Parts: sequence; C-alpha cells; structure tokens
Amino acid sequence: MSFILDPWPWYVSGPLFALVMLSLVVFGKNFGMSSNLRTLCAIGGAGKWASFFKFDFKAQKWNLVVVLGAVIGGYIGSHFLQNQPSVGISKETIEALEGYGFENPGSQILPAELSSFDALREPRVIVLLLIGGFLVGFGTRYAGGCTSGHAISGLSNLQLPSLVAVISFFIGGLLMTHLLLPHLLPIIF
Amino acid sequence: MKYLKFLAVGIFFGILLIKSEAVSWFRIFEMFRFESFHMYGIIGSAVILGAIGIALIKKLKIKDLSGQDILIPEKAANYKSALIGGSIFGLGWALAGACPGPMYVLVGTGALSMLIVIAAALAGTFVYGLLKDKLPH
Repeated sequence: MSFILDPWPWYVSGPLFALVMLSLVVFGKNFGMSSNLRTLCAIGGAGKWASFFKFDFKAQKWNLVVVLGAVIGGYIGSHFLQNQPSVGISKETIEALEGYGFENPGSQILPAELSSFDALREPRVIVLLLIGGFLVGFGTRYAGGCTSGHAISGLSNLQLPSLVAVISFFIGGLLMTHLLLPHLLPIIF
Repeated sequence: MKYLKFLAVGIFFGILLIKSEAVSWFRIFEMFRFESFHMYGIIGSAVILGAIGIALIKKLKIKDLSGQDILIPEKAANYKSALIGGSIFGLGWALAGACPGPMYVLVGTGALSMLIVIAAALAGTFVYGLLKDKLPH
C-alpha cells in the first residue's frame, strides 16, 4: 500500500496524465479544463452580455462531469490516499519561502498564509487570490487553453500555437515569481 | 450512465493531481525557481507519451468508443493571443498556484480559498468574453 500512499514520483505521474488525456480522446472528447470556465459563464447567463458565451453549452456537460469527478478525486486523494499532507519540495525552495516569512513551507498542500481560515480574514490575502484567479481565467481563455489544453493536449498533438502558449506561460510565471512576488508576498506578512 | 466514464476520469485526474503534488502552490513556486525537476519531469513525460499515443491513434486510425473516427482539433494559429494570453495566465498561475484543473481538486481537499480563486477565474473569463473583439488576436 505504501507506493499508493506515498507521493507518486514524476515518472509515474507524468505517464498517468498522458493516460487521462488519451482516455478522453478515445472517449471522443479532448482534455482541456479551462473551457469549463466559459461553460459555467454561459450557464450563468453570460450570453446576454457577450456572443462569446452563446454556444451549445449542453454539449460540454461531459467536461463538467470531469470537473465534478476532479473535486471528488481531490477529496479521496487528500483524505484517504495520503499518509502525510506534506509536499516534498527542495531544501532551496523551503529556505527561500522561510526568507519571506512562511512557516513550515511544504508541510501542507497549500501555504497556510494564503489559504487558512485565519489568512482569509485578511483582505490583503483575498485581494491576492482574486488577482491570481482573475489572471488565470482571463489569460487561459485569451490564450485558448491552459496547462491541460495547451501543454499536454496541444504539445502532444505537435501544435505550434501550443508551444508559443506554453513558453508564454513560463514568461508570465517567471515574471511573477522573480519580479512581482518579492514585492507582493511581503504585504501578507 | 454515459457520463459515468467521465466521472471516473475526473476522479482519477483529481487523485493523480493530489498524488503527484502538482496541485500544490509550493510545487509551482519551486518549478518557476528551477529548484526541482519534479514538475518538468511530469509535464515532459506526459507530453512525450501523449505524443506517442496521439501519433499511434492517427497512424492506426483508431476509432473512438462510439465507433467514430477520432478527429483531434487543431489549435487556432493565433500566435499573438497565445503569447499575450499565455503570459497573463502564467502571471496568475504563479500567484494563485493553481491552474484550471487543480483549482477544483483543491476544493475537494477542503481549501475554501480556492472558491475565491474560482470565482475570480470566472470573472476573468467573463471579462475576456466582453472584451474579446477589442483585444489583439
């Protein structure tokens, strides 16, 4: 059982992500999580405001079922299939985070400083989460996909726009991590 | 019943994101600091095996479960939007530490903060829909 309860190494996880993508292809669909955000907007009536949300969202029901499964999988994985909640990040990363003031970095899936009940009483934390989420929602739809649609599905299908998108994910991510977070993280401490 | 297989894939995907630690804000931070091979190994091996799988599906003309030809949609050749939108997504990914799959998985772990991220992501998608025709593509 310990090989299930321990964290799965990259050479087990990576091929299984390919299996998820290929399963959906064999089921006649495709692997792309960010399109669910558009579907949820359309279900909420966003078609009244923009033609972008006027599409047959019922045809996307299968993908919302994948989302529902992902929530259930998150519950099962974190409650029953883990012998400890810690994340095996490197020593350098732990030291960098301690330098910002994080306590016990990597001891849980998410930093308590950005997710605990106490942290969420702090408006500055809420603002950071809102900005992060907004950029994710705006950027993925603008780019036409996210990590699943561009990085895994698109690159596997040798799509040049996906390569440009994935390089751009890194341009944005590196900018945030190296230039912006050093100014943003101190405001939550 | 026809949705059961999608529920199963979703559950497996959620468990996989937890067990691979790819749902963790810490892993994303570490990846962008190049301090571990973990995330690169996951994405790299997924793409290599995915590419082999897709190539086989095309070469062997494998049908989908309903017996139809498998047609994998080409991504639109919008390099400008891939560059601009991708960079915007990257900024958010590194800040929130979650992309559009993990955010749902994290709700399942009990992370209420992700409801805020999801609400904001819906708002971001909505604003993109409003502005789409005015943005460079």
